[in-house]
Amino acid sequence: MRIALTLNGRTRELEVPPNQTLLQLLRDTLGLFDPKEGCGEGVCGACTILLDGRPVSSCLVLVPTVHGRAILTLRGLEAGGLHPLQEAFVRHGAVQCGFCTPGILLTAYAFLEGHPEADRKAIRRALGGNLCRCTGYAKILDAVEAYAREATRG
Amino acid sequence: MVPFEYVAVGTVEEAVGLLAEHREEAKVLAGGQSLVPLLNYRLARPQLIVDINRLPLDGIQVTDGRLRLGALTRHATLEESPEIARHCPVLAEAAGLIGNVRVRTLGTLGGSLAHADPAAELPMVMMALDASLTLVGPQGRRMLPAREFFRGQLTTALGQDELLAEVELPVTRRIGHAVEEFARREGDFAIVAVTALVGLDRRGRVEDARLAFAGVGPVPVRVPAAEDLLRGQEPAAERLAAAAKAARDTLDPESDAFVSAAYRRHLAGVLTKRALGRAVARAGEAA
Repeated sequence: MRIALTLNGRTRELEVPPNQTLLQLLRDTLGLFDPKEGCGEGVCGACTILLDGRPVSSCLVLVPTVHGRAILTLRGLEAGGLHPLQEAFVRHGAVQCGFCTPGILLTAYAFLEGHPEADRKAIRRALGGNLCRCTGYAKILDAVEAYAREATRG
Repeated sequence: MVPFEYVAVGTVEEAVGLLAEHREEAKVLAGGQSLVPLLNYRLARPQLIVDINRLPLDGIQVTDGRLRLGALTRHATLEESPEIARHCPVLAEAAGLIGNVRVRTLGTLGGSLAHADPAAELPMVMMALDASLTLVGPQGRRMLPAREFFRGQLTTALGQDELLAEVELPVTRRIGHAVEEFARREGDFAIVAVTALVGLDRRGRVEDARLAFAGVGPVPVRVPAAEDLLRGQEPAAERLAAAAKAARDTLDPESDAFVSAAYRRHLAGVLTKRALGRAVARAGEAA
């Protein structure tokens, strides 16, 4: 079946099978490798993308249902260079193996867009559904919190 | 996942017609947060997916003291809607505890009720509020109270040719509420969850008390024995503790691979006491 969508700001028309997840479309068909497949059941958060600005598990979205909608993957956040939130991750050593990083970045980004004044406790709760199996949570929280403070000051 | 036909229906009649024709070979897709994992693991192998996301079933209406919610109302909407916060805030609190933020973006009220996980929050809240559910089939509509809708683990009164279209609830503006739950990890299904609703009269005595539980059996349950201990009484700490003890002693949960029945009962008592305390405090503010 034929669908149209906006992917990282660009309109695309695609021929897709109905029994495909958005994650399979992004990785296997379009070669966008920033969303990762972790659990395949919406628990780990590695495949997080933003659908019309809100986080979803792309492994739990059937491709036909995104017709007409806007999808943002991590690389859509980068305008020519690293996003300031990504730079904060680099500065704070918040990336270890990196598998959870794209999902955490997008989840944190979407949350802070709606809650710019969020404190560490609120950030912690917002990221509760994204698992880091390196368990590097403290530095991830440091990075998100630092970015939030810079963004509200700036 | 296995191949299937996909139809995005434009009307409820079309959806019901397809369900009547394909029966157990068809599956309804709403938010997909329970169905798509089953498809990914090939635990569900439908021949037809009936996508209802384009149906106009996401409305929130308040008329004559009743709140009517379309089955496609998303958990995130329950969490954030000013109308829900004003007219039925217990729904917002319960919705905020569901899964993770991604589940709440897409997951729907109707989907949660039709899936009927024994530990899910919204079925429990429907029991606490004595909700009425509207089911639409080829022969027309019927309304069922929540207590007749949930039949067993992952099992409801929905016929194979029926669609859950709407939920009707009482407006609870002057009722104090609280939802408490405990899970092993953030976002996991709760081991035990409890919803407490308390209304106080002008003298500060309990006029209305409701306690509903999830995770303690195949379907969400009310505990009238504990509710009766509260009605007509001053909501003092000892009284709330007595009601919590009654709930703990009445519930009959099972053990599973993670926790024992005794632990579940203990948890139910502790969570009930906390929930009642918060619900009474809020009822006092509202009175």
